[in-house]
Amino acid sequence: MSRPLRVLVGKPGLDGHDRGAKVVAASLRDRGMEVIYTGLHRTPQQIVDAAEQEDVDVIGLSILSGSHMELLPQVRALLAERGLDHVLLIAGGIIPEDEARELERRGYARVFGPGTATGDIADFIEHNARRTS
Amino acid sequence: MTAPLTAATSALEDLLAEFRAGKVGALARAISWVENRHPQSGALLDAVYPQVGRAWRTGVTGPPGAGKSTLVDGLARHWGAAGRSVGLVAVDPTSPFSGGALLGDRVRMDRALSQTGVYVRSMANRGSLGGLSLAAVAAADLLDAFGFQEVLLETVGVGQAEIDVAAAADTTVVVLTPASGDSVQAMKAGLMEVADLFVVNKADTPGAERLQTELEDMLGLRRAAAPRPEVLLCRALADQGVAEVAQAIERRRAADQASGRLEARRRARDLARVRRLVVEGLRAELWHEQEIQEAAARALAHGERPDEVARKLVRSILEGIQRNGGPA
Ligand SMILES: Nc1nc2c(ncn2[C@@H]2O[C@H](COP(=O)(O)OP(=O)(O)OP(=O)(O)O)[C@@H](O)[C@H]2O)c(=O)[nH]1
Ligand SMILES: [Mg+2]
Repeated sequence: MSRPLRVLVGKPGLDGHDRGAKVVAASLRDRGMEVIYTGLHRTPQQIVDAAEQEDVDVIGLSILSGSHMELLPQVRALLAERGLDHVLLIAGGIIPEDEARELERRGYARVFGPGTATGDIADFIEHNARRTS
Repeated sequence: MTAPLTAATSALEDLLAEFRAGKVGALARAISWVENRHPQSGALLDAVYPQVGRAWRTGVTGPPGAGKSTLVDGLARHWGAAGRSVGLVAVDPTSPFSGGALLGDRVRMDRALSQTGVYVRSMANRGSLGGLSLAAVAAADLLDAFGFQEVLLETVGVGQAEIDVAAAADTTVVVLTPASGDSVQAMKAGLMEVADLFVVNKADTPGAERLQTELEDMLGLRRAAAPRPEVLLCRALADQGVAEVAQAIERRRAADQASGRLEARRRARDLARVRRLVVEGLRAELWHEQEIQEAAARALAHGERPDEVARKLVRSILEGIQRNGGPA
């Protein structure tokens, strides 16, 4: 029997809406994952600290504030610094197509656009996450 | 160790080296090993056992939403400000439908987490019989061995396994609120017996003092070997009364240490652990789910009574052991 995947769901930056993130968190739970919800207004540092402490397989970030090109690469860089490159890193929110592809070139496994079905996110995680411990 | 240096043993050596060097990532992976019943997790726990026993452990339990995480956050900051290092384990239920879990305690531990050096681990109970106690108590052992001076364990006080985890601490705090029902309900849930200390939280809401009085009356009736638990009012959200809770915990520890009760509790904790591991080991060796299911279904279909079927199954398992030359 394989263990459940552990997924951190977090919201970097200053936007005040976490309904979308909570819906995604609940849908991943319903697909058998253990979801660590970290709440609003996280700094990249706090997100990476939490990921390390919780030994997660996946980090899913939701960002609506427009500061994604600044904050998301910072998360990626901090993960590399801590030796956490094995963590599957995904993001979603209001991110223009070209910037989404740019982030995918810079270490994000997938950047989901607005209106993505939550089931697609769960599918993507199931197919791409690696259980390392 | 006599085993050859296989990939598995070197993975253990690597993990231990990083753990001993104080790497948080190694602590996190060690807890995962224990949670996932990694084949080497027993060897890992054996290796760190000499370093276990230096931390103070506080269990915090109570009904859902009582403010346990908010209180734990306050305690962590209180002890952090006093220069003590703090590690927390928060257990939430696994969904029986999907096997997944939504672990949200970190959100309420925000203020403590902004202090550097506080470690928080969220665990799902994974719905297993006794497995939670094994994993959560072992996680506390790992935090202890890693060097945290204060270890806090939060569990929701519904279900025996959850309550057992908090009760396996050195000191057990039960958090209630005026809205969580009266003391009779706390008693029915099995919370009265495990408490070394009661916190009536949300004392900013009506009924807190009445609940406090009621609890004190109830405790006055009980004739117990252990010292009588204090009952404190608290407003964890506003940070009112948290320092008093911390001081009451420290008083209780000191008293239990002086009386020898602490030593006895720690011995009981080890004993309970051995017992659970033996039961689990026997289960793994002897319980072949599918075979037993099928044999039981056949017998029941023949009109045999459930108790009779169970007796026969036990006998046939024991006969199986004897045929194989007795227990290993
Ligand atoms: N009015 C009031 N609300 C409080 C107080 N302490 C905590 N709360 C609130 O109670 C709610 C639950 O708090 P938590 O700390 O998450 O409670 P918990 O017992 O850990 O909850 P679970 O882990 O979900 O069982 C939150 O909305 C808190 O802000 C308090 O002293 N007064
Ligand atoms: Mg909680």
